[in-house]
Amino acid sequence: MKILVCISHVPDTTTKVKFVDDLKKLDITGIQWVINPWDELSLTRALELKDDPSNDIQSVTVAHVGLAGAEPTIRKALAIGADDALRINAEPRDAFYVASQLAEAVKNESYDLVLCGIESSDYNGSTVGGMLAELLGYPSVSSVSSVRIENGRFLITREIDGGKEIVNVVAPLVAIVQKGIAKEPRIAAMRGIMMARTKPLKVVEPVEMESFTDLVSFEMPKPRAACKFVDPENPGQLIDLLQNEAKII
Amino acid sequence: MSVLIFVENWDGKFKKLSFELVSYGAKLAEMMATDAIALTIGKVENGELAKLGRYGASKILVAVNEGITTFDSMNFTTVIAGIAVQEDAKVLVLSNNNTGKALAPRLSVRLKAGLGSGVNRLPASLDPFMVYKKVYSGNAYANIHIKTDVKILTLSQNSFELSESGNNSTVAEVAVEWDNAGVKTKVVEVQKQEGKILLTDADIVISGGRGMKSPENWGPIVQLAELLGAATACSRPVSDEGWRPHEEHTGQTGKIIAPNLYFAIGISGATQHLAGVSSSKFIVAINTDKDAPIFAAAQYGIIGDAGKVLPKLVEALQELKGK
Ligand SMILES: Cc1cc2nc3c(=O)[nH]c(=O)nc-3n(C[C@H](O)[C@H](O)[C@H](O)COP(=O)(O)OP(=O)(O)OC[C@H]3O[C@@H](n4cnc5c(N)ncnc54)[C@H](O)[C@@H]3O)c2cc1C
Repeated sequence: MKILVCISHVPDTTTKVKFVDDLKKLDITGIQWVINPWDELSLTRALELKDDPSNDIQSVTVAHVGLAGAEPTIRKALAIGADDALRINAEPRDAFYVASQLAEAVKNESYDLVLCGIESSDYNGSTVGGMLAELLGYPSVSSVSSVRIENGRFLITREIDGGKEIVNVVAPLVAIVQKGIAKEPRIAAMRGIMMARTKPLKVVEPVEMESFTDLVSFEMPKPRAACKFVDPENPGQLIDLLQNEAKII
Repeated sequence: MSVLIFVENWDGKFKKLSFELVSYGAKLAEMMATDAIALTIGKVENGELAKLGRYGASKILVAVNEGITTFDSMNFTTVIAGIAVQEDAKVLVLSNNNTGKALAPRLSVRLKAGLGSGVNRLPASLDPFMVYKKVYSGNAYANIHIKTDVKILTLSQNSFELSESGNNSTVAEVAVEWDNAGVKTKVVEVQKQEGKILLTDADIVISGGRGMKSPENWGPIVQLAELLGAATACSRPVSDEGWRPHEEHTGQTGKIIAPNLYFAIGISGATQHLAGVSSSKFIVAINTDKDAPIFAAAQYGIIGDAGKVLPKLVEALQELKGK
């Protein structure tokens, strides 16, 4: 069995983002780049599945659509334990463009399980996984909090309103994962970092592809009004404000 | 031409989120001078369907087929895409909830329709079709141009005012094809908690962080929630420690919510926490540290020990409710 983990390369989640060029571009000075948190967790889960010999998993591959600047992030995924990596050498234009490049690059590779994060922390789109599944003609399950393999069958837990549902999905499939998929992201050990340098990282050129959307400009959120403080000895005053000023209770 | 609104039903019932979607779709249809059509899959009683009309759907379609028992994203996509083509939908509207996130990307590819996900207001213009959405987990917004002829929007929950327009609506059942052999998702087990207010549906949320010190101290939070008809939530370390169930974890890697009122009690307000709650209309913070970043995001604050403040708050509220 073969697993593919799609990884997005994003600013560290504590970054105070700023924009340049008339608010058209992210100011990348000083940004620390990381593997998108959900992708890091899905990679962790893929490796856990591979660690169990009864699952019979030959390889865990990571794939990324992006320019060479993302290679340290890809090497990190290799250091954590992925066997090999694929980079599609293109500047992402929108989610459809990214999903299409991924689909083109992997359609003949016959992965049994493709893992994507529920969103990437930059554009918060929740889109690439579902699009990739549709392009590949695979079933997809979204809001996934657990992936198990039992006698070669995939048992996937997905969140539904007010609970969970365990579904059996016919492979090949795309699982779009969120909280719960793995406890803590796996960390690269020294040996892993050494080995990552020599693991295969294949670079392929993109195919000609349209995008559906253009990001025209960014805006900063409007600053919130200053906080009004209430006397800790008299929290009843808070109730009064919520009732008569904010009018929400 | 039309605006097609996919309205999920839960065992034949709609909820506030459904009416928000229809209100949004109806306003958008008005902007586009066309009709708002609501589509639901599976049997729903007429009385319940009529509610969608009140929020502005002029036509309500109920897609039925005996075979539909599981939520299979491929087959659902086929049903919705088929109706979108039949009704010449120029814009499809779905919720940005679990179901919408599962369907909208597939529909986008199937219909070659650009997707604007998690929008919280109407498009700024129709030509070019410009939408506004949260990016960088709420630290910025983006103006996005959807270039395709057909567009898909997913609406963030609790971001759009309900509006009853009282249109006359027609209801029609549509028999749809359902490829049973093509269903690749089989439900093995369902675990549901009944009777709890869902965190994502709640108008008020009472949330506790590490500053609550230990799980035994949650009593007043639960009491406050009961008094206000609120849901309870927590920060990530709290659910990691097992003090509270995982479903309560809010933030970037937990649930992303937008209630009318969010109480952050003993929560420092880390960026990753705010990423999940910053769309709340009002935030109240209770924290011993006057410099805690949560106060920069809050409209109302109490600098003090939660252990002392909460019992007084509960008391004040009980008094009010007693009146
Ligand atoms: C990739 C990534 C993703 C993350 N995702 C999330 C996420 O989704 N959600 C999330 O919450 N966190 C997330 N985090 C963790 C986040 O960075 C913070 O560590 C976390 O939010 C802190 O939780 P807290 O506010 O409960 O605890 P702390 O930061 O420890 O804050 C406790 C607060 O309680 C106050 N306090 C102490 N005693 C009292 C008292 N007696 N009365 C009142 N106040 C008191 C303190 O002043 C302090 O402000 C993430 C981190 C990373 C790296």
